[in-house]
Amino acid sequence: MEATIEVTGLRKRFGGTTALDGMTFTVAAGQVTGFVGPNGAGKSTTMRVVLGLDAADAGHALVGGRPYRELRRPLHHVGSLLDAGALQPSRSARNHLLWLAHSQGLPAKRVDEVIAVTGLGPAAKRKAGGYSLGMRQRLGIAAALLGDPPVLMLDEPFNGMDPEGIVWMRTFLRDKAREGRAVLVSSHLMSELQDTADHLVVVGRGKVIADTSVAELIAAASGDRVTLRTPDRTQAMTVLGRAGGTVAATGADTVTVGGLTSGAVVALLTDNAVPFTEIAAHRASLEEAYMELTRDAVEFQAGQS
Amino acid sequence: MRHLIHAEWTKFRTVRGWVIGMLVAIPLTVLVGLLGPAGSQMSCAGPDGQPCENNVPPTGPGGEAVHDSFYFLHRTLTGDGTITARVATLTDAEPWSKAGVIVKRDTEVGSTYAAVLLTGGHGVRMQHDFTEDVAGPVSTSDHQWLRLTRDGNTLTGTTSPDGEHWATIGSVQLGGLGDAVQAGMFVSSPEHVEITRGFGSVDASGGPTMATATFDDVSVDGGWAGDWRGTEVGGESGMDTGHQESGGEFTITGHGDIAPIVPDQGSRGRTVENALIGVFAGLIAVLVVATLFVTSEHRRGLLRTSLAASPRRGQLFAAKAVVIGGVSFVTGVASAALAIPLVEQVEVAKGMFLFPASTWTEVRVVLGTGLLFAVGAVLALAVGMLLRRSAGTVTTVVVGVVLPYLLAVASVLPSGPAEWLTAVTPAAGFAVQQTVPEYPQVNASYTPADGYFPLSPGGGFAVLCAYAVAAVVLAVVALRRRDA
Repeated sequence: MEATIEVTGLRKRFGGTTALDGMTFTVAAGQVTGFVGPNGAGKSTTMRVVLGLDAADAGHALVGGRPYRELRRPLHHVGSLLDAGALQPSRSARNHLLWLAHSQGLPAKRVDEVIAVTGLGPAAKRKAGGYSLGMRQRLGIAAALLGDPPVLMLDEPFNGMDPEGIVWMRTFLRDKAREGRAVLVSSHLMSELQDTADHLVVVGRGKVIADTSVAELIAAASGDRVTLRTPDRTQAMTVLGRAGGTVAATGADTVTVGGLTSGAVVALLTDNAVPFTEIAAHRASLEEAYMELTRDAVEFQAGQS
Repeated sequence: MRHLIHAEWTKFRTVRGWVIGMLVAIPLTVLVGLLGPAGSQMSCAGPDGQPCENNVPPTGPGGEAVHDSFYFLHRTLTGDGTITARVATLTDAEPWSKAGVIVKRDTEVGSTYAAVLLTGGHGVRMQHDFTEDVAGPVSTSDHQWLRLTRDGNTLTGTTSPDGEHWATIGSVQLGGLGDAVQAGMFVSSPEHVEITRGFGSVDASGGPTMATATFDDVSVDGGWAGDWRGTEVGGESGMDTGHQESGGEFTITGHGDIAPIVPDQGSRGRTVENALIGVFAGLIAVLVVATLFVTSEHRRGLLRTSLAASPRRGQLFAAKAVVIGGVSFVTGVASAALAIPLVEQVEVAKGMFLFPASTWTEVRVVLGTGLLFAVGAVLALAVGMLLRRSAGTVTTVVVGVVLPYLLAVASVLPSGPAEWLTAVTPAAGFAVQQTVPEYPQVNASYTPADGYFPLSPGGGFAVLCAYAVAAVVLAVVALRRRDA
């Protein structure tokens, strides 16, 4: 089976609210795809439609080329984590994994394997009701791994994780992608996906705003700007502004210059005897690039994530 | 499907509260059942101060508990023969007072017999072996010729309003009659019973009665021997019974009844279903667990995980139903199988007697209790899937299944509404416990409070099943259509 998720033209309304408005994107194998957007942008709804839990009003979602509802033992095709809190509190983590394994015809041995992989260890015998959110996320990951699926789809897996857990999760996601799996990870915080995602699907108001590689996105947001550090900020801004640059002060001794190449900036400053200590091509942070993209798409709506 | 059932079974057994809740149904059924006999005190004040113990009623040829007491004027009949007599008058009669001719194996209580008789209020009948009863032709005459013919083990009853035109009522086979039998005329007259029911109250009043009949035009044919002898079958009644003869006319005064004993409230006899009075309590525990088995998944959002693992939603529901139904069935069987002997033991120790029930009947009731639990659990599961809330579901199923039963059997309601409730609500399923039949020829209070359901065991169970099927269909449709 191909390791892909294809989402085409999904539309869905909940009462008067449009949750999905023509959502279309593809998740490719071998990379981590970040699924990013503000709360209420339609990320979770899209994932529920992919899993056949919610029915879309229009459009379709395919996993490995097939609708999820047609899959016989679906956990062998897609491992998913939608809500880490969806647990019977009085049932132990191991038994939670055990019934899931039985539903797919998997042996108990597989349960012990995923417990080891996710580092739950002896805690797996404890009741899931006593788990921290970070532990529940690990348990959710363990459940997603049960069928050794080529596609992983995780909704906000970083939520509630401690720093150590976040590092573990990033390594885990990159490893799974390197094994050739398609990995879709949603987040409402772009910073969580920094250094993790290879590709980004940015969504707002139920549709895709940007579908691009992380490198391209950052380049686009960075533009042709140059960052300059100088002890004489006023003089530098005057000189560069006169030469036709777009100049903005970004700190006590830093200036961002647009419309001039770094070579032109160096020449101008040298010619005018303006001292400077550092000059570099500006590199936007992922967060910055994301904020720029979603500025118009943010819906101030709580609850739905 | 096999995997899904395995998964649902794992889900069930790994939540300790559910396993305990299900197991609690067993002691609950037994203990509530024990409350009845354990709390009752019985004192028997017979004329000779007999104790209640071992005071067990006789049984008829079919094994059922019977009344067999009457005044019998008889001779010995060897081989084939006929007796004909006219009942000229029947006075002081209750509706089911009886006067007629009878062939009986001997004068022992409970022995096989056949009789043609005139009743106080139900015309001419042919009855045999206590439970069997056939009505004769309707006659306006208040005196009747009755004839009983023995041909081997075949007894044929005929009747005539005028001694010339005879009509056959029936022909019956009696087993174990023997060559020499006792045959002749008899009179019996049962207790007078008046029952008044109101909301929450039952008043019963009555007392012993006697009836007197005169027989004339008596003739016998065949191998008759000896003189007419009067015997009080069933022992001395202590009443003024007896017979007189003058000029071929016999006047007989009798007391008692020849009929199956029908259990009713306050009766010293206990039926199998009396031992299962605690079943409703066990059923409540089962209904709660069955509800939580599904509503806890809604509450935690776990249903999405289940549906992601099993996108074919109908199959998921079926697997859940198989598991909770199966577990509940076993619980019901265990509850009933323990409650019946344990409760009956206490009943006997308290001086009550047990209505005889065949092994097959007891097995049927035990399995029926298992089915009652199983179908009740599936109903709760379906309602839970529809309503998605624990409290609402438990309330609905308890009000639907258990409450009507309690209202009906606890004599809270008058018999009309009580019968209606136990016929049209899911509580009709409690009829699976019914072991005692209604006898049209016995005047008694046949209400749910006395242990009589308006529907047969199978019919009542079918009503419960119909509710469960309807709920399951609605639940599966909703599950398929709804976003999870």
